[in-house]
Amino acid sequence: MKKLWREFIKGIWTENPIFFIVLGLCPTLAVSTSVNNAVGMGVAVIFVLVCSNVIISMMRNIIPDKIRIPCYIVVIASFVGIVEMAMKAYAPALDKALGVYVPLIVVNCIILGRAEAFASKNPVIASLIDGLGMGVGFFLALFVISAVREVLGSGKFAGFAIPVTFEPAAILVLAPGALLVLGLLMGGIRWIKSLRS
Amino acid sequence: MDKVLAILIANIITNNYILFKFMGLCPFLGVSKQTKPAISMGLAVIFVLLISGIMTWIIYAYVILPFHIEYMRTVVFILIIASSVQFIEMMILKVSPVLYKALGIYLPLITTNCIVLGVTVINTEDFFAAGKPIAWSFAYSVLQVFAAGLGFMLVLLLMSGIRERLALTDTPESLDGLPIAFIVASIMGLAFMGLLGIK
Repeated sequence: MKKLWREFIKGIWTENPIFFIVLGLCPTLAVSTSVNNAVGMGVAVIFVLVCSNVIISMMRNIIPDKIRIPCYIVVIASFVGIVEMAMKAYAPALDKALGVYVPLIVVNCIILGRAEAFASKNPVIASLIDGLGMGVGFFLALFVISAVREVLGSGKFAGFAIPVTFEPAAILVLAPGALLVLGLLMGGIRWIKSLRS
Repeated sequence: MDKVLAILIANIITNNYILFKFMGLCPFLGVSKQTKPAISMGLAVIFVLLISGIMTWIIYAYVILPFHIEYMRTVVFILIIASSVQFIEMMILKVSPVLYKALGIYLPLITTNCIVLGVTVINTEDFFAAGKPIAWSFAYSVLQVFAAGLGFMLVLLLMSGIRERLALTDTPESLDGLPIAFIVASIMGLAFMGLLGIK
């Protein structure tokens, strides 16, 4: 039980996919213009990550070593297909806002990375927990970045205007702002970590 | 002609895939430490883009659309991309083992380079209308993948030049390495945005 808890917690802080391993950046930066988009993308990634980790872990003894990467990609792509269709049917507005970045979940390095580094070597339950932890870590990082960008960049939070006393800096919702916020947040987190040790 | 120029300028500069769409950030950060591997990486990506751009267009126009299996797009495209990367990997290994060694882990990683899947998916949205390819669709698609590759290589090269200098400077400890690279990329993006007015 304790071991499983550790698998879960490592994805959230010590091995956070975005801030420490630096994987899966392209959806992170592109959809973090508003909290709503970020939450939609985060949930989609958690679903794909958990499902593909479970399936790949189940099949880890059947998949031949040489062609494992194409096998993993097909599993991941099928779950992304499910997400795409579900999103088109039940959340068309979100689908429009995320656009091309929904099919791009397939090439999100976090998912393939976890399949290769964890699910292909560990039993099903541990892989499920690992997927969940990494997914939640991704979700939280995305949430923080999008909150900073939306609040400072357009003076809103999740689409609702909040009373701000400053002029919102529109640069932060534009593309270069994403790189700037990520760079500064990463630096800040490293600084906190260096203070602790 | 106007459209050709518009595609070129948009994909190379004003709508650059790395700086404005954030596709291909992993190799962008991974291989931009020195100029030489950056050039070979750029060439490899352009090559993969061209091959998979052509293949995906043909499959999309003649297999996926006639059989109405648009929902298979992502799976089919990623398989095409993975196999063309595999093909190029074997070819480079045969032709130039030195280059193969220099590219290292980043060569197979082109498969998961968002730019390849991203541009091919964007092609199907830009140059197909109502389930049919528009006029000159194939030529535009090839031009778009080529321009996207050029834009990728341009930014990769610029960044590698900057990072060679950056390695010698005295940055704050917690910003050292990746964070400062992100901040530099953001400033570069701002400079590129200055060219938005080009018509």
